[in-house]
Amino acid sequence: MSTDTEVATGDPAATAGAPGAAVTTSGLSKRYRGGQLAVDGIDMVVPAGSVYGFLGPNGSGKTTTIRMLVGLIHPTSGSLELLGTAMPGGAVRVLPRVGSLIEGPAFYPQLSGQANLARVDAADRTADPATARARIGSALERVGLLHAAGKRYRAYSLGMKQRLAIAASLLRPRELVILDEPTNGLDPQGTREVRGLIRSIAAGGVTVLVSSHLLAEVEQICTDVGVMRTGQLVFQGTLEALRARGARRIRIRTALAGKAAEVLGTLGLADVKEAAGEVSAQLGERAPEEVCRELVLADIPVAGLDTPRPSLEDLFVELTGEGFDVGG
Amino acid sequence: MSAADAAVAARARAGRRPSAVAAWFRLLRSELGLVFRRRRNQALLAVLVVLPVTLGIVLRLSSPRGGDGGPNSSLLDQLAGNGIFLAFLALTILLTLVLPLVVAVVAGDSVAGEAGSGTIRYLLAVPAGRTRLLSVKYTAVVVFGLAACIVVVGAALAAGAALFPVGPVTLLSGTTVPLSEGLLRVLFITLYVAAGMAALGAIGVAVSTLTEHSIGAIATVLVIAVASEVADNVPQISAAHPYLPTHWWLSFDALLRSPIDTTTLLHGLLSFGVYAVIFLSLAWARLTTADITS
Repeated sequence: MSTDTEVATGDPAATAGAPGAAVTTSGLSKRYRGGQLAVDGIDMVVPAGSVYGFLGPNGSGKTTTIRMLVGLIHPTSGSLELLGTAMPGGAVRVLPRVGSLIEGPAFYPQLSGQANLARVDAADRTADPATARARIGSALERVGLLHAAGKRYRAYSLGMKQRLAIAASLLRPRELVILDEPTNGLDPQGTREVRGLIRSIAAGGVTVLVSSHLLAEVEQICTDVGVMRTGQLVFQGTLEALRARGARRIRIRTALAGKAAEVLGTLGLADVKEAAGEVSAQLGERAPEEVCRELVLADIPVAGLDTPRPSLEDLFVELTGEGFDVGG
Repeated sequence: MSAADAAVAARARAGRRPSAVAAWFRLLRSELGLVFRRRRNQALLAVLVVLPVTLGIVLRLSSPRGGDGGPNSSLLDQLAGNGIFLAFLALTILLTLVLPLVVAVVAGDSVAGEAGSGTIRYLLAVPAGRTRLLSVKYTAVVVFGLAACIVVVGAALAAGAALFPVGPVTLLSGTTVPLSEGLLRVLFITLYVAAGMAALGAIGVAVSTLTEHSIGAIATVLVIAVASEVADNVPQISAAHPYLPTHWWLSFDALLRSPIDTTTLLHGLLSFGVYAVIFLSLAWARLTTADITS
């Protein structure tokens, strides 16, 4: 334990792996004892200062990855760094700078919210007991639980429990906050509150990694996203990069949909779809004005034309697969 | 704000960093608070008050004459003359089941309870440190076991003094010692029994690291204790008796003889120590390598 003593006061937050990254993993894999490959060689980079949405259906390996990040699960292979420190070896040094909520709140039902936070704080060997009361108070205030500080945890609503878990991750100033499904089971009101909290955490310059199986819950607050599917990271980049990935389509409103579809076909556009009074296709490399000219030259009355991009939701579903094919 | 700025500001606001020892005791205080404030554990300690007192009243009403040849007949004989013997009698009787049960409950629950409720993942992500958490958990189990023994002896001494005469103590070997020395021997007996309970506690903590279900862990520890006591009474395997975890528990009567049979006591303490080291090593090996998926 003597080697740990130096830590929190020591090294600057210079990152050794990818410069400016709060989290980097390389070929990170986890195979459980049952043989199930839960995480399959992911290379994750969470830029410092970003709000990173870690997305994927339930069972896609998000929670296993997060548990490896905070040292609860030992990777089968690969490596990972938190704030430039290799894990799990550097856990004692780096984890005090990382707040986390892992797979839902878990506290002692017989204790009050305040006493539960005191318990968590007592476990932190780098926390100053002299400031504990003040820190617990301000963490509770931040999540709006000050009025329920003395209430027993068992009497908390699900939203309050979730917020208490977030308060536990804010007991000390952090450089990285990891929130695993912080909106799980919350009503729309609670979801909005949590989003507001995440915004306020990120506004202080803290990197936030937030996982969710619902893109809609996090797309408003994320700067970056990573998308998991059956243990693999199938997309990683900025939200703009994800949007740009969507193939643009061209959609034409016309009375002669059948004839228009033929023209689009001869122009070599893929995925031509025909509906009543409307026809659409993937635009590919063609310019929309060029397509329009060809249609007009073919004597097709063009009543309207636009080039929609698929919604993020569509892209997300395309990446993660529909319904039940999440694999096991 | 850059990450480095954030880091500097973070440290400035985090306050003074406590010493490793002070931080360990802070976590131990927290753990003891959890263990001793828990209703279930308080009820167990209450039972440990009620049983010796009830035993004293029953024996007072039946006013033992002794010489009935029972296993505790010599202690029973002595009780009529001196209330202090109620402490030895209570320990002897409660050691067969009730004291091991109390220790099994707290030890079996120690890690499994936190795993079952999921609180262990928050403690470890803090990070509490797996070895450090285990050391605090085991220390709390030892303290609770000691408290349980003190409660039994304290209640028995109080009831004994109220129900029977108290005076110079005639030891099992026939020597009479002053009351003060008798009480000193009671103290040593309490500590000896607590050492035996600490060894059982180590077994309990080890079992507790194997499961998320505290009830299962508690039952397993109790089965181990009872099976050992049964085996200790099978003469065909007498060669194995000294190696059983419960074999030396009742050897505290060595402290009721003059001169004190230190060889027996040291054998007992050695056995407790070996059991504690083996099972704490197993618990450590398990907890430090386990994937926390609860």
